[in-house]
Amino acid sequence: MEVAFILEKLILVVIIFVITLVIAMYSTLAERKIAGFMQDRYGPDRAGIFGLLQPLCDGGKFFFKEEIIPAGAHKTLFVIGPVIAIITACISSAVIPWGQNLTIGDQVITLQVADVNIGVLYIFGVIALGVYGIMLGGWASNNKFSLMGAIRAASQSISYEIPMGLSLIALLMVTGNLSIGDIVANQSGFNWNIWVQPLGFLIFIVCAFAECNRVPFDLPECETELVGGYHTEYSSMKLGLYMFSEYINMFVSSALMAALYFGGYNFPFMYDLGLSENWITIIGTLVFFLKIFGFIFFFMWIRWTLPRFRYDQLMNLGWKMLIPLAIANIVLTGIITIVVDTYFK
Amino acid sequence: MSIFYFVAFLSIFFALMTIFTKNPVHSVLYLVITFFTFTVHYILLNAQFLAVVNFIVYMGAIMVLFLFVLMLLNLNKDTEPMKSTIVKIMGTVAGMCLLVTFLGAFRVIEVNNEAITPHANIGLVKNLGQVLFKDFLLPFELSSILLLTAMVGAVLLAKKDTNKA
Repeated sequence: MEVAFILEKLILVVIIFVITLVIAMYSTLAERKIAGFMQDRYGPDRAGIFGLLQPLCDGGKFFFKEEIIPAGAHKTLFVIGPVIAIITACISSAVIPWGQNLTIGDQVITLQVADVNIGVLYIFGVIALGVYGIMLGGWASNNKFSLMGAIRAASQSISYEIPMGLSLIALLMVTGNLSIGDIVANQSGFNWNIWVQPLGFLIFIVCAFAECNRVPFDLPECETELVGGYHTEYSSMKLGLYMFSEYINMFVSSALMAALYFGGYNFPFMYDLGLSENWITIIGTLVFFLKIFGFIFFFMWIRWTLPRFRYDQLMNLGWKMLIPLAIANIVLTGIITIVVDTYFK
Repeated sequence: MSIFYFVAFLSIFFALMTIFTKNPVHSVLYLVITFFTFTVHYILLNAQFLAVVNFIVYMGAIMVLFLFVLMLLNLNKDTEPMKSTIVKIMGTVAGMCLLVTFLGAFRVIEVNNEAITPHANIGLVKNLGQVLFKDFLLPFELSSILLLTAMVGAVLLAKKDTNKA
């Protein structure tokens, strides 16, 4: 039993890891294809059909590029920076439920690596840790532009964690649960949390953009002011790891938004079609990935639509708009919950 | 129990490294690792919620701010103010006094083994919330008022400059 359990989880971990890396790889291609589509050009189309081999070529290029560590850099921390970035990006997917139970013979397999009863907080902790990768890399480079990027990343991540947490508190008041597995299970059918928490979702998605350092909040790597931001001095695979961790973060936060607000693996009329349990699980997982791809597309859509914020605008938005809005959302949610509980039940 | 001793060793080791490294940024990083070992201690004590809150608040927020300030100041060995001998002697004496106080305090405490193995589910959010909001409501509210006061004070201090200009 013990061995079978460990083996099952190990296989699940490997599968999720591979899927995460493949999706991150092809997100780089999708990003350029979508950019091409929006700017009325082709995007990469030389390697393979539709440029499908482009990510492999890029990966190969990263491996064969010369590895440069600047003479003035702090060697250990310079290497540890990208390592922390990629590790924190990868471990955050552990608590996301990818589907319901799959029954093979008499073995019931849960498509979730760890159903921790504090899953939401776990994700939060890992996100909070992610900024260390950027900060250490930027500081260890011993370059003014990198340092500016690192400092921006730190203050941005701290500022946007607060409204993100507050918007989640309102969600937790509705669901009454901290486990992501239970939160998704409670949204069965079409009872998605987005219908009860639209304002919370709006705050959450803005904060997710800021935490992933995506345009319009990519101030830490703002090319027009800071050369390359925190990764100015990085080359070869270390730069590749930073890029990769950005795309993995995007994938995981898309999965999180789909799970918390858009029902995860639930889809409308899932129990009315007369399908067997296993088919519901498989279709549910596919639907979940469809939702995730939708969010990833949204991330890219925004990138090629909106210009970058100015730094003071970013701080004003975070502290003077989102935090009061999130607190108002909590108060509103509390009042509505009490009114509904006393008069409509 | 052996896990506890290993983690305790790591805590003390990294705490000492925090003190003994010359570079302030390294010092903060060792402190981050020390806090991480504290998180492991909380998990060993069945206090999952406390563990993850310690992780988020101390490692994720406060230490990032520490690092932020140190990077902004960019302290080096050259800029570090030379402490005079009298300050060093005073520091040593004060530290020794603290040690003696601690030793005296710990000598009086009886080691109670029953307290070490608490109710297994006490660390879960639900139980913790019920304890906080039923049994310890007044201290909990008082500490929240304290935090609010500190926040108002911090905002007031930060606003002072804009009035002058």
